[in-house]
Amino acid sequence: MVTDPLVLQLAAELFPNGISRYAIGGLLVGLGAVVIYVGTGIPAGASTFLESTLSYVSDQSRFQRYVGSRDWRVVFTLGIILGAAVFAVTVQSGVITTSLYRAGSTGRTYELAGITLWLTDVQPWRLFLGGILVGIGTRVGKGCTSGHGVCGVGSASKTSIVGVATFLLVAIGTAQLVAALGVSP
Amino acid sequence: MADRHPLFKPLILVGGLIFGFGLGFSQMARPEVVLNFLQFEDFGLLFVMFGAAIVSGIAFAVMPRIRDTAPLTGDRYERRLKPFDRNVLVGGAIFGVGWGLSGICPGAAYASLGTGNITILWALAGMFVGAYAQGYWRSQRQARDAAATGAD
Repeated sequence: MVTDPLVLQLAAELFPNGISRYAIGGLLVGLGAVVIYVGTGIPAGASTFLESTLSYVSDQSRFQRYVGSRDWRVVFTLGIILGAAVFAVTVQSGVITTSLYRAGSTGRTYELAGITLWLTDVQPWRLFLGGILVGIGTRVGKGCTSGHGVCGVGSASKTSIVGVATFLLVAIGTAQLVAALGVSP
Repeated sequence: MADRHPLFKPLILVGGLIFGFGLGFSQMARPEVVLNFLQFEDFGLLFVMFGAAIVSGIAFAVMPRIRDTAPLTGDRYERRLKPFDRNVLVGGAIFGVGWGLSGICPGAAYASLGTGNITILWALAGMFVGAYAQGYWRSQRQARDAAATGAD
Protein backbone atom coordinates (compact mmCIF):
# COMPACT_ATOMS: atom_id res chain seq x y z
CA MET A 1 0.00 0.00 0.00
CA VAL A 2 1.34 3.39 -0.96
CA THR A 3 0.48 6.13 1.47
CA ASP A 4 1.33 9.74 0.95
CA PRO A 5 3.98 10.73 3.54
CA LEU A 6 2.24 14.08 3.96
CA VAL A 7 -0.97 12.32 5.00
CA LEU A 8 0.97 10.24 7.53
CA GLN A 9 2.68 13.31 8.89
CA LEU A 10 -0.62 15.15 9.25
CA ALA A 11 -2.20 12.15 10.99
CA ALA A 12 0.75 11.97 13.41
CA GLU A 13 0.28 15.65 14.25
CA LEU A 14 -3.49 15.50 14.72
CA PHE A 15 -3.39 12.14 16.53
CA PRO A 16 -0.05 11.86 18.37
CA ASN A 17 -1.40 8.85 20.32
CA GLY A 18 -2.94 7.14 17.30
CA ILE A 19 -6.67 6.63 16.95
CA SER A 20 -7.20 3.01 17.97
CA ARG A 21 -7.57 3.58 21.73
CA TYR A 22 -10.09 6.34 21.04
CA ALA A 23 -12.07 4.49 18.38
CA ILE A 24 -12.25 1.22 20.33
CA GLY A 25 -13.03 3.00 23.60
CA GLY A 26 -15.76 4.98 21.84
CA LEU A 27 -17.28 1.81 20.34
CA LEU A 28 -17.39 0.27 23.84
CA VAL A 29 -19.00 3.39 25.33
CA GLY A 30 -21.61 3.20 22.58
CA LEU A 31 -22.05 -0.54 23.11
CA GLY A 32 -22.68 0.01 26.84
CA ALA A 33 -25.42 2.52 25.99
CA VAL A 34 -26.85 0.09 23.39
CA VAL A 35 -27.04 -2.80 25.89
CA ILE A 36 -29.08 -0.63 28.24
CA TYR A 37 -31.28 0.77 25.47
CA VAL A 38 -32.04 -2.60 23.88
CA GLY A 39 -32.95 -4.15 27.22
CA THR A 40 -34.84 -1.26 28.77
CA GLY A 41 -35.66 1.37 26.13
CA ILE A 42 -33.78 3.94 28.23
CA PRO A 43 -31.21 6.24 26.56
CA ALA A 44 -28.80 6.45 29.49
CA GLY A 45 -27.03 9.61 30.57
CA ALA A 46 -24.53 9.97 33.37
CA SER A 47 -25.29 13.38 34.88
CA THR A 48 -28.87 12.75 36.12
CA PHE A 49 -27.22 10.53 38.76
CA LEU A 50 -26.01 13.70 40.50
CA GLU A 51 -29.57 14.94 41.10
CA SER A 52 -31.28 11.58 41.50
CA THR A 53 -28.78 10.59 44.23
CA LEU A 54 -29.40 13.89 46.05
CA SER A 55 -33.06 12.80 46.36
CA TYR A 56 -31.94 10.29 49.03
CA VAL A 57 -30.89 13.15 51.32
CA SER A 58 -32.87 16.21 50.16
CA ASP A 59 -36.62 16.87 49.96
CA GLN A 60 -36.26 19.55 47.28
CA SER A 61 -38.82 19.00 44.50
CA ARG A 62 -36.12 19.21 41.80
CA PHE A 63 -34.48 16.05 43.18
CA GLN A 64 -37.63 14.21 44.29
CA ARG A 65 -38.85 13.92 40.69
CA TYR A 66 -36.02 11.42 40.11
CA VAL A 67 -37.02 9.07 42.92
CA GLY A 68 -38.31 6.50 40.41
CA SER A 69 -34.97 6.18 38.62
CA ARG A 70 -32.51 6.83 41.46
CA ASP A 71 -31.81 3.16 42.32
CA TRP A 72 -30.86 2.03 38.82
CA ARG A 73 -28.85 5.21 38.29
CA VAL A 74 -26.72 4.23 41.31
CA VAL A 75 -26.26 0.79 39.71
CA PHE A 76 -25.28 2.41 36.39
CA THR A 77 -22.67 4.61 38.09
CA LEU A 78 -21.28 1.68 40.11
CA GLY A 79 -21.05 -0.22 36.81
CA ILE A 80 -19.04 2.60 35.24
CA ILE A 81 -16.64 2.69 38.22
CA LEU A 82 -16.28 -1.10 38.18
CA GLY A 83 -15.81 -1.23 34.40
CA ALA A 84 -13.00 1.31 34.65
CA ALA A 85 -11.53 -0.72 37.52
CA VAL A 86 -11.59 -3.83 35.31
CA PHE A 87 -9.72 -1.78 32.71
CA ALA A 88 -7.18 -0.77 35.38
CA VAL A 89 -6.64 -4.38 36.52
CA THR A 90 -6.24 -5.70 32.96
CA VAL A 91 -4.99 -3.24 30.33
CA GLN A 92 -3.64 -0.45 32.56
CA SER A 93 -1.72 -3.01 34.67
CA GLY A 94 -0.30 -4.71 31.56
CA VAL A 95 -1.95 -8.08 32.26
CA ILE A 96 -3.53 -7.72 28.84
CA THR A 97 -1.29 -6.07 26.27
CA THR A 98 -2.43 -5.00 22.84
CA SER A 99 -0.93 -2.81 20.13
CA LEU A 100 -4.35 -1.12 19.97
CA TYR A 101 -3.75 0.61 23.32
CA ARG A 102 -1.10 3.28 23.79
CA ALA A 103 -0.65 4.20 27.44
CA GLY A 104 0.74 7.69 26.79
CA SER A 105 2.51 9.76 29.43
CA THR A 106 -0.23 11.84 31.09
CA GLY A 107 -0.47 11.95 34.88
CA ARG A 108 1.35 9.34 36.94
CA THR A 109 0.84 5.74 37.94
CA TYR A 110 1.19 4.02 41.30
CA GLU A 111 1.08 0.40 42.36
CA LEU A 112 -1.35 -1.08 44.87
CA ALA A 113 -1.54 -4.85 45.51
CA GLY A 114 0.05 -5.55 42.13
CA ILE A 115 -2.44 -3.33 40.26
CA THR A 116 -1.29 -0.28 38.33
CA LEU A 117 -3.48 2.68 39.26
CA TRP A 118 -3.46 6.17 37.81
CA LEU A 119 -3.49 9.70 39.25
CA THR A 120 -4.15 13.01 37.51
CA ASP A 121 -1.73 15.92 37.76
CA VAL A 122 -4.49 18.47 37.11
CA GLN A 123 -4.68 20.73 40.16
CA PRO A 124 -7.47 20.11 42.69
CA TRP A 125 -8.82 23.69 42.51
CA ARG A 126 -9.41 23.24 38.77
CA LEU A 127 -11.20 19.94 39.38
CA PHE A 128 -13.35 21.31 42.21
CA LEU A 129 -14.28 24.65 40.63
CA GLY A 130 -14.78 23.03 37.22
CA GLY A 131 -16.82 20.28 38.89
CA ILE A 132 -19.19 22.83 40.44
CA LEU A 133 -19.81 24.40 37.02
CA VAL A 134 -20.23 20.94 35.43
CA GLY A 135 -22.79 20.08 38.13
CA ILE A 136 -24.79 23.26 37.49
CA GLY A 137 -24.42 23.32 33.71
CA THR A 138 -25.24 19.70 32.90
CA ARG A 139 -28.42 19.80 34.99
CA VAL A 140 -29.63 23.20 33.75
CA GLY A 141 -28.66 22.29 30.18
CA LYS A 142 -30.52 18.94 30.30
CA GLY A 143 -27.54 16.67 29.68
CA CYS A 144 -23.82 16.05 29.48
CA THR A 145 -21.38 14.39 27.12
CA SER A 146 -23.21 11.04 27.36
CA GLY A 147 -26.86 12.11 27.40
CA HIS A 148 -26.47 14.86 24.77
CA GLY A 149 -23.16 13.84 23.19
CA VAL A 150 -23.69 10.10 22.73
CA CYS A 151 -27.42 9.32 23.05
CA GLY A 152 -28.74 12.71 21.85
CA VAL A 153 -26.45 13.04 18.84
CA GLY A 154 -27.02 9.33 18.12
CA SER A 155 -30.76 9.91 17.88
CA ALA A 156 -30.22 13.09 15.81
CA SER A 157 -31.91 15.27 18.44
CA LYS A 158 -31.63 18.93 17.40
CA THR A 159 -31.68 20.00 21.07
CA SER A 160 -28.71 17.74 21.81
CA ILE A 161 -26.75 18.80 18.75
CA VAL A 162 -27.14 22.46 19.74
CA GLY A 163 -26.23 21.55 23.33
CA VAL A 164 -23.07 19.70 22.24
CA ALA A 165 -22.01 22.53 19.91
CA THR A 166 -22.48 25.01 22.78
CA PHE A 167 -20.49 23.17 25.44
CA LEU A 168 -17.80 22.03 22.99
CA LEU A 169 -17.10 25.56 21.70
CA VAL A 170 -17.20 27.13 25.17
CA ALA A 171 -14.95 24.39 26.57
CA ILE A 172 -12.40 24.90 23.78
CA GLY A 173 -12.36 28.65 24.43
CA THR A 174 -12.03 28.12 28.19
CA ALA A 175 -9.24 25.54 27.97
CA GLN A 176 -7.27 27.68 25.52
CA LEU A 177 -7.68 30.74 27.74
CA VAL A 178 -6.64 28.85 30.89
CA ALA A 179 -3.56 27.49 29.07
CA ALA A 180 -2.73 30.95 27.70
CA LEU A 181 -2.82 32.30 31.27
CA GLY A 182 -0.06 29.83 32.05
CA VAL A 183 -2.08 27.46 34.25
CA SER A 184 -0.60 23.98 33.93
CA PRO A 185 -1.40 21.25 34.57
CA MET B 1 -40.56 1.18 39.72
CA ALA B 2 -41.51 -1.64 42.06
CA ASP B 3 -42.24 -4.55 39.73
CA ARG B 4 -39.47 -4.37 37.18
CA HIS B 5 -37.99 -7.46 35.60
CA PRO B 6 -35.45 -9.20 37.90
CA LEU B 7 -32.79 -8.77 35.21
CA PHE B 8 -33.34 -5.00 35.00
CA LYS B 9 -30.59 -3.96 37.40
CA PRO B 10 -28.13 -6.70 36.35
CA LEU B 11 -28.45 -5.49 32.76
CA ILE B 12 -27.90 -1.84 33.79
CA LEU B 13 -24.77 -3.02 35.65
CA VAL B 14 -23.44 -4.86 32.57
CA GLY B 15 -24.12 -1.82 30.37
CA GLY B 16 -22.33 0.39 32.90
CA LEU B 17 -19.37 -2.01 33.03
CA ILE B 18 -18.87 -1.86 29.24
CA PHE B 19 -19.43 1.91 29.26
CA GLY B 20 -16.86 2.40 32.05
CA PHE B 21 -14.29 0.05 30.48
CA GLY B 22 -14.64 2.07 27.26
CA LEU B 23 -14.08 5.36 29.11
CA GLY B 24 -10.93 3.87 30.65
CA PHE B 25 -9.62 2.42 27.38
CA SER B 26 -10.25 5.67 25.48
CA GLN B 27 -8.51 7.60 28.30
CA MET B 28 -11.46 9.98 28.56
CA ALA B 29 -11.18 9.20 32.28
CA ARG B 30 -7.96 11.26 32.20
CA PRO B 31 -8.59 15.04 32.40
CA GLU B 32 -5.20 15.66 30.75
CA VAL B 33 -6.28 13.83 27.57
CA VAL B 34 -9.54 15.81 27.36
CA LEU B 35 -7.63 19.07 27.93
CA ASN B 36 -5.17 18.07 25.17
CA PHE B 37 -8.15 17.79 22.83
CA LEU B 38 -9.62 21.13 23.88
CA GLN B 39 -6.18 22.74 23.33
CA PHE B 40 -5.98 21.16 19.82
CA GLU B 41 -3.01 18.94 20.70
CA ASP B 42 -4.73 15.56 20.13
CA PHE B 43 -8.04 15.24 18.30
CA GLY B 44 -8.71 11.65 19.39
CA LEU B 45 -11.73 12.62 21.53
CA LEU B 46 -13.74 13.12 18.34
CA PHE B 47 -13.41 9.40 17.61
CA VAL B 48 -14.73 8.57 21.08
CA MET B 49 -17.77 10.83 20.99
CA PHE B 50 -18.77 10.21 17.40
CA GLY B 51 -17.82 6.53 17.50
CA ALA B 52 -20.11 6.06 20.48
CA ALA B 53 -22.86 8.21 18.92
CA ILE B 54 -22.79 6.16 15.70
CA VAL B 55 -23.02 2.84 17.55
CA SER B 56 -25.90 4.01 19.75
CA GLY B 57 -27.50 5.75 16.76
CA ILE B 58 -27.75 2.43 14.92
CA ALA B 59 -29.62 0.90 17.87
CA PHE B 60 -31.90 3.95 18.21
CA ALA B 61 -32.78 3.67 14.51
CA VAL B 62 -33.12 -0.12 14.27
CA MET B 63 -34.80 -1.21 17.51
CA PRO B 64 -38.17 0.55 17.00
CA ARG B 65 -38.47 -1.29 13.64
CA ILE B 66 -37.78 -4.72 15.15
CA ARG B 67 -39.80 -4.60 18.36
CA ASP B 68 -42.42 -2.36 19.95
CA THR B 69 -41.32 -2.54 23.55
CA ALA B 70 -38.17 -3.26 25.53
CA PRO B 71 -38.15 -6.74 27.15
CA LEU B 72 -37.14 -5.71 30.67
CA THR B 73 -39.37 -2.66 31.16
CA GLY B 74 -42.17 -2.88 28.62
CA ASP B 75 -41.28 0.71 27.67
CA ARG B 76 -41.76 1.63 24.04
CA TYR B 77 -38.66 2.16 21.90
CA GLU B 78 -39.11 5.80 21.02
CA ARG B 79 -37.06 8.92 20.64
CA ARG B 80 -37.32 10.83 23.88
CA LEU B 81 -36.46 14.23 22.56
CA LYS B 82 -35.70 16.89 25.11
CA PRO B 83 -37.49 20.17 24.39
CA PHE B 84 -35.25 23.02 23.29
CA ASP B 85 -35.25 26.23 25.27
CA ARG B 86 -32.84 28.87 26.55
CA ASN B 87 -31.68 26.52 29.34
CA VAL B 88 -29.95 24.27 26.80
CA LEU B 89 -27.72 27.20 25.78
CA VAL B 90 -27.20 28.67 29.26
CA GLY B 91 -26.56 25.27 30.88
CA GLY B 92 -24.40 24.14 27.96
CA ALA B 93 -22.24 27.27 28.28
CA ILE B 94 -21.82 26.82 32.07
CA PHE B 95 -20.97 23.14 31.53
CA GLY B 96 -18.50 24.19 28.81
CA VAL B 97 -16.62 26.53 31.17
CA GLY B 98 -16.46 23.78 33.81
CA TRP B 99 -15.38 21.11 31.31
CA GLY B 100 -12.74 23.42 29.80
CA LEU B 101 -11.38 24.31 33.24
CA SER B 102 -11.28 20.78 34.68
CA GLY B 103 -11.17 18.43 31.66
CA ILE B 104 -13.72 16.14 33.27
CA CYS B 105 -17.42 15.37 32.74
CA PRO B 106 -19.74 13.26 34.93
CA GLY B 107 -19.41 9.79 33.31
CA ALA B 108 -15.66 10.19 32.86
CA ALA B 109 -15.32 11.27 36.50
CA TYR B 110 -16.98 8.04 37.74
CA ALA B 111 -14.67 6.03 35.46
CA SER B 112 -11.63 8.04 36.59
CA LEU B 113 -12.31 6.95 40.16
CA GLY B 114 -12.29 3.34 38.92
CA THR B 115 -8.83 3.72 37.38
CA GLY B 116 -7.49 4.66 40.82
CA ASN B 117 -7.63 8.44 40.45
CA ILE B 118 -8.72 9.44 43.95
CA THR B 119 -7.84 13.08 43.19
CA ILE B 120 -10.98 13.15 41.00
CA LEU B 121 -13.05 13.16 44.22
CA TRP B 122 -12.49 16.94 44.14
CA ALA B 123 -14.38 17.08 40.83
CA LEU B 124 -17.12 14.71 42.03
CA ALA B 125 -17.60 16.75 45.20
CA GLY B 126 -17.82 19.88 43.04
CA MET B 127 -20.41 18.26 40.76
CA PHE B 128 -22.65 17.37 43.71
CA VAL B 129 -22.28 20.90 45.12
CA GLY B 130 -23.19 22.39 41.72
CA ALA B 131 -26.11 20.01 41.13
CA TYR B 132 -27.42 20.75 44.63
CA ALA B 133 -27.09 24.52 44.21
CA GLN B 134 -29.06 24.62 40.96
CA GLY B 135 -31.65 22.14 42.23
CA TYR B 136 -32.18 24.10 45.45
CA TRP B 137 -32.52 27.37 43.56
CA ARG B 138 -34.91 25.97 40.93
CA SER B 139 -37.03 24.16 43.56
CA GLN B 140 -37.42 27.38 45.57
CA ARG B 141 -38.29 29.38 42.46
CA GLN B 142 -40.83 26.78 41.38
CA ALA B 143 -42.47 26.88 44.82
CA ARG B 144 -42.55 30.70 44.71
CA ASP B 145 -44.08 30.72 41.22
CA ALA B 146 -46.70 28.17 42.29
CA ALA B 147 -47.57 30.24 45.38
CA ALA B 148 -47.85 33.43 43.28
CA THR B 149 -50.15 31.71 40.78
CA GLY B 150 -52.29 30.30 43.58
CA ALA B 151 -52.79 33.77 45.10
CA ASP B 152 -54.26 35.21 41.89
